[in-house]
Amino acid sequence: MPVGTAVVLPDSEQIQNPGFPPYRPRVSDLDPKKARSNERRIALLFAASMVGSVFAIVAYIVFPINANDPGSIRLNNLFLGLGIALSLLGIGIAAVHWSKALMEGHDLSEERHMTRGSEATRASAAEVFHLGNKESGFTRRKLVRNTLIASLALWPLPGIIIFRDLGPADQDANDVLRHTMWKAGTRLTKDPNGVPIKASDVTLGSVFHVIPEGLDDREDALEQKAKAAVLLMRLKPEDLHVSKGRENWNYHGIVAYSKICTHVGCPVALYEQQTHHLLCPCHQSQFDITHEAEVIFGPAKRPLPQLPITVDSEGYLVARSDFHEPVGPSFWERDHT
Amino acid sequence: MATSVPTSSRRKTGRRSPLASVALLLIGLLATGGAYAAFTTSASASTPASEQAQVSEGKKLFEANCATCHGLGAVGTAGVAPSLVGVGPAAVDFQVGTGRMPMAASGPQAEQKPTQFTNTQIAALAAYVGSLAPGPAIPSADSLKGGNVSTGAELFRVNCAMCHNVAGAGGALTEGKYAPPLTGVTAKHVYEAMVTGPQNMPVFNNLNITPKDKAAIVAYLQYLDSHPSPGGLDLGNLGPVSEGLFVWIFALGAIVVVTIWLTAKPN
Repeated sequence: MPVGTAVVLPDSEQIQNPGFPPYRPRVSDLDPKKARSNERRIALLFAASMVGSVFAIVAYIVFPINANDPGSIRLNNLFLGLGIALSLLGIGIAAVHWSKALMEGHDLSEERHMTRGSEATRASAAEVFHLGNKESGFTRRKLVRNTLIASLALWPLPGIIIFRDLGPADQDANDVLRHTMWKAGTRLTKDPNGVPIKASDVTLGSVFHVIPEGLDDREDALEQKAKAAVLLMRLKPEDLHVSKGRENWNYHGIVAYSKICTHVGCPVALYEQQTHHLLCPCHQSQFDITHEAEVIFGPAKRPLPQLPITVDSEGYLVARSDFHEPVGPSFWERDHT
Repeated sequence: MATSVPTSSRRKTGRRSPLASVALLLIGLLATGGAYAAFTTSASASTPASEQAQVSEGKKLFEANCATCHGLGAVGTAGVAPSLVGVGPAAVDFQVGTGRMPMAASGPQAEQKPTQFTNTQIAALAAYVGSLAPGPAIPSADSLKGGNVSTGAELFRVNCAMCHNVAGAGGALTEGKYAPPLTGVTAKHVYEAMVTGPQNMPVFNNLNITPKDKAAIVAYLQYLDSHPSPGGLDLGNLGPVSEGLFVWIFALGAIVVVTIWLTAKPN
């Protein structure tokens, strides 16, 4: 008795393969005139392809790409593309039309090859391995075999070690991810012109895109900016919920948070000044600035790191220190100091 | 009625009413006196007087159209509408001039719609709100001109593009709010939006983005308006959303059509 719920019909009741439907002659089979017109049509399509190829070459020369004229790129691409499309589509459509209208039209079926090789093939394959083993002594000379396996296991290691050191030269990659350009006394300056910001400039509801002072003097300015970019906002001091230990990190309601999303590092800068929510445009993580940028929606796991700020003797906003935790997305050693 | 009856009878008789010369004399005296008064005071007090008239006109308009939500004296209503004391004429000119105010219905944010007031009325409303407390002024036409397009583009990318899209096509925010597209927005309204920070847009005061830099941003937006995408059809400049949709519909549609044609029996 077969096990399971499948219904198995006895041979007499099984549906027989009905085979192909009877061949229905095409118009080009019956009427030689129609066949000739199809022939002409196919030739015309091939000719269109030739025209397309020539047109593409001509268009490439007639519509060159001129520096300082973006419109010329459009004309060049458009006509070159049209020419190549006509050239390839002409061949393709002609070939399909040829096979459908003129080539032998009877249905036929081809049996699929067996995946399993014949007994003789299988036996001879096994024989090759046995012979190889016998001649090389692979299983007999265990020392040679084992050293071969060990050497194969070891050869990728130099590559892996080199990958580990792809980070900046003579710097610990872990350290690079852990620290930014900010340090005590670094002035907060405007992105992109580097003008320092006075606390009095930051009116309620304002948002400033901030880079550390001296960023543009750095040779690695872009690498540094990718870690040090900061968003500066001013809220009413009573709207902020400041946790213990962070009391002096804001300055009269002016707060600075890392602009690098803790999910995968997009710049988070869509600040809504009434809801005080910060939205990341990449994956819709939302951070609540009134609650120290805690995550209120989306895939980000940690709040945005806060940059402790104060003012210097001239009234300019400065950092109290670097961020107290690594900015941006997680990395392997992040939680092991 | 009392005056129209003698008028018709006068026309018939062809004689002037005995009171006509008296009336004419009175009109002449009043006109001369009035003109004299107007001309002699114009040197010292005519501008404040007309401003005062504008403010009181604005106050009337405000009380009739805005005070339901924003309260008498524009002090605001808790949980309904903010106080307008100190928002400045620029905020009024932006909100009313773009039709966002008066709001048609409460929702995630005030929608742009056809303006409901004439320019004179908007100016009066702005003057009234401006008279309550100092605030950002409506920019002069000169301050909107002569910006450097490439400076503007850089500032736009840093400060605006994350919400408004690098091509100014706008974008979604949270909970139904959105940053509106900036195509076709007048230079004045763009400037006012930066200065006042309408709704959830942050404020970009003149110490953050200087007036010259604001003019540059305006110049960049005007450049975008007058120079259509060099790549041809821009599909709303929405990036992968509209481009992906286009590919799904037209490219996959073409593949389906070709597949049907390939497998169809020839006749």
